[in-house]
Amino acid sequence: MRLTDLPKGALAVVDRVDDAHADDAIAQRLRDLGFVDGEAVRVVACAPLGADPLLIQIGFTRFALRRAEAARVSVHPEAA
Amino acid sequence: MSADALRIALVGNPNCGKTALFNLLTGGRQKVANYAGVTIERKEGRFLAPSGRLLQILDLPGAYSFDAVSPDEQITRDVLLGNYPGEAAPDLIVCVADATNLRLHLRFVLEVRRLGRPVVLALNMMDAARRRGIEIDVPELSRRLGLPVVETIAVKRGGAQALVERVDGELPVPAPAQADDAASRADLHAQVRELLAATVRMPRRTAELDDAFDRWALHPVFGLVILALVMFLVFQAVYSLGKPMTDLISDGFGWMGAHLAVWLPQGPLRGLLTDGIFTGLGTVLGFLPEILVLFLFILTLEESGYLPRAAFLLDRLMVSVGLTGRSFIPLLSSFACAIPGIMGTRSITDPRDRLATILVAPLMTCSARLPVYALLIGAFIPAHSVVGVFNLQGLVLFALYAAGILGAMAVGWVMKRIRRDQGEHALLMELPSYRLPKARDVGIGLYERGMIFLKRLTGVILALTVLMWALSTFPAPPLGATEPAIDYSFAGHLGHWLAHPFSPIGFNWQMSLALIPAFAARETAVAALATVYAVGGDAGQLAPALAAHVSLASALSLLVWFAYAPQCMSTLAVIKRETGTWRNVVVSFGYQFVMAYAASFLVYHAARTLA
Repeated sequence: MRLTDLPKGALAVVDRVDDAHADDAIAQRLRDLGFVDGEAVRVVACAPLGADPLLIQIGFTRFALRRAEAARVSVHPEAA
Repeated sequence: MSADALRIALVGNPNCGKTALFNLLTGGRQKVANYAGVTIERKEGRFLAPSGRLLQILDLPGAYSFDAVSPDEQITRDVLLGNYPGEAAPDLIVCVADATNLRLHLRFVLEVRRLGRPVVLALNMMDAARRRGIEIDVPELSRRLGLPVVETIAVKRGGAQALVERVDGELPVPAPAQADDAASRADLHAQVRELLAATVRMPRRTAELDDAFDRWALHPVFGLVILALVMFLVFQAVYSLGKPMTDLISDGFGWMGAHLAVWLPQGPLRGLLTDGIFTGLGTVLGFLPEILVLFLFILTLEESGYLPRAAFLLDRLMVSVGLTGRSFIPLLSSFACAIPGIMGTRSITDPRDRLATILVAPLMTCSARLPVYALLIGAFIPAHSVVGVFNLQGLVLFALYAAGILGAMAVGWVMKRIRRDQGEHALLMELPSYRLPKARDVGIGLYERGMIFLKRLTGVILALTVLMWALSTFPAPPLGATEPAIDYSFAGHLGHWLAHPFSPIGFNWQMSLALIPAFAARETAVAALATVYAVGGDAGQLAPALAAHVSLASALSLLVWFAYAPQCMSTLAVIKRETGTWRNVVVSFGYQFVMAYAASFLVYHAARTLA
């Protein structure tokens, strides 16, 4: 599933970041920021309009990602 | 001791407390300029080490990675590599990492280490890390990294002691240089995990304080209410603290000019001094209190970590009109004055989003438009009540503010469609931990903003003000002249000439003439109208004179003109200064002129048809 499909508060683990097109600098930046296989993520908050952007907790850091950016991140729910 | 200073570059992720550390090390002894060819701030400072050696520190822009996505990051990479024209490669790199956020920051440390240059790692915010129960095995981290590691607390006096001692000693042996390719880059995360597992123990992922604050600050309803309250407070402060000081400065210079004039003979020199230089200085320096009050709040909000939260809440709205969440605060500041608004766009790292924000900022109704609006509304709009509760005058004022906002949205929307770069520009914004702002950091930031304004802009604005004065003074009226003196001046001729292109939107020559000084500062339009109609400057006399000479349609047209017109020249000077090219000044002036003319034309003819 995509990071955008994750309900607020749910924990998940990153599988990978997919390039939206060739030479996708945004996907590369997401990887540089730590969206790599095995990292735990959580949707902390959603902005008021159209739940865009999302606030994502990864490791010790919180990033605001627009939905188009978060949709590049493939995740699976963390086994409870 | 060598004759040359040791050149140290300070690098690190955004929000690692690097600038606070820089302020702590250098105190007020900083030089702020731009990097050659771009409008990105270059901050350098120096201090004497205990050994008597002079250390020269460059505070490089924050970067997440050398795979640069913004001009800031390119500069950091190029300076460290020694590739930036006019910048020598540093002798020593001090890499700053937030001890409470090592998962993210260690990756960049590893990237810096691969450069193969002498590096010292400063683990900053060690106090916050201890409070959160994070334990770091510093000697083991140093051994595994092969770099000297020191602990710092940038927000505490003496918190950089260990760092100063280390950089004052022998240069550390650099790690072997490594190629920077995609494969080794992907490997960095694995190395970070290994390092963290071996050297860091932490009880909980985030600070409970952040969780608690964000639950309210980012709440879909309460978050917006809090944002509205914060903004209300800022505006109250601008008007209750900044505005009276502005008036005091303007009046003070007027008073000084008048008293100095007594010592001079009647003539052009006296006029130049009182009406040109002193009035000009009063206008220019009068901007300063409002700028400082606004920046006091902006810097405090930025230091506290709230600013990115505001951007988060409003990003979607701003994106729909071609801007970004980060545009919000600069645009809001522009309601007080476009100058601090445009200067505040430096917090937008994306160049395209920043330029779009700069171009729409002058459409926000700034405080200098209010005297003009007040005069024209008072003279032409009856104080009827509408539907029992609203005052017609108030409604017109509200409509003018709304016209500015809607105009900016329309311009943003059009720009979004016609600009060449249609690519996706990322938000990818880190929301840092909440922090108590430090008076020193806010103070230094304020001082820098104030100096930028005074040093780089005062000259230009003052020169233009004097030019405006000369245009409306020379040539002097002939003996026995019956009309006001300005009528015989260049400005008078210009006004008569301008009346031709402006007659289709209902301006007479007096109104056209008033546009000339209004270009220096909008509020002077009131004084100029008073001069040409040869009445006293206060609205009590001017309003009836205007009502007798100007039709309602023309007055409405002038109101709309002021909502959109390309003004003032101080704003244009800031656009030149902040974007580095005249092209943007021409674009800004051009589109606003066309917009103002078209809107006034429509309003004038609609009003004439309906009347």
